[in-house]
Amino acid sequence: MSQEPQHLMSYTKLASVLFALLILTGVTVGVSYIDMGIYNVPVALGIACFKVSLVLLFFMHLKYEGRAIIVSFLSTVCFLAIMISFTFWDVAFR
Amino acid sequence: MKSSNDFTGIRIGMWLFLYSEIILFGGLFVLYAVYFHRYPDEFVEGGKQLNRIIGAINTIILLISSFTVAASITAIRLQNKKLSLGLLTFSIFCGLVFLINKYFEWGAKFHHDIYPNSDTLVSGPPGQNIFFGLYYVITGLHGLHVIIGMTLLMVSVVLILRNKVHAGRFAVLENCGLYWHLVDLIWIFVFPLFYLVL
Repeated sequence: MSQEPQHLMSYTKLASVLFALLILTGVTVGVSYIDMGIYNVPVALGIACFKVSLVLLFFMHLKYEGRAIIVSFLSTVCFLAIMISFTFWDVAFR
Repeated sequence: MKSSNDFTGIRIGMWLFLYSEIILFGGLFVLYAVYFHRYPDEFVEGGKQLNRIIGAINTIILLISSFTVAASITAIRLQNKKLSLGLLTFSIFCGLVFLINKYFEWGAKFHHDIYPNSDTLVSGPPGQNIFFGLYYVITGLHGLHVIIGMTLLMVSVVLILRNKVHAGRFAVLENCGLYWHLVDLIWIFVFPLFYLVL
């Protein structure tokens, strides 16, 4: 089997991802000063999820990985989602 | 398989390990979420006692170091050994600065008599005790990961210096990089959960 060359990330692309991440950090800190009641936590976590996706897709080059890694990663995320949601079903309706 | 450069296989192995780390921290975040649900006021009160500026600075430090690690892989693949070494050294330095910030942050909390089993926490409301208990466990475990990540990056530096890692064979560097990015990922969630709850 021939060795498939892996995708090479260019410096400019990596730098623009970093730039986006820094902006989002600024946004999440700025938003935290505004009192939006119960919406503060979802907004902060939404921004965090977006930042994490950027790191995963580009820094950890998940975007360019084969099916094995992508499927196993998504399974892990699904497992985590089940763990969180089932725990909350228990706690919220106890 | 006789070839030692099955890049995909090596990465799958690393990812499998990272999944176990994700579940480990995921479990702690569930614990946090459940207690937040139970003691929302104390958690908000606790979060206000943490310095959000230091938290933000640490976030920026980790993000920049993640970028330099990713760029060092690009550099080694473009045969630019010097740049790659420089970027990795800078990342290790960032990790060190992160830990120094943590030291001062924890030190300030200790000074205010807020640490596991301190009088203030034991005699205070239970929610406050749980918030700071989780704070020390999660940031402490994350700090341990930062130390491990820095060690891995140092190993990569040595391997590059010895020409064991080069443009044709960089899987070790890549896996160390993946670990460092994981440390960053966890912090991206720790930061809003502890510092930005309002």
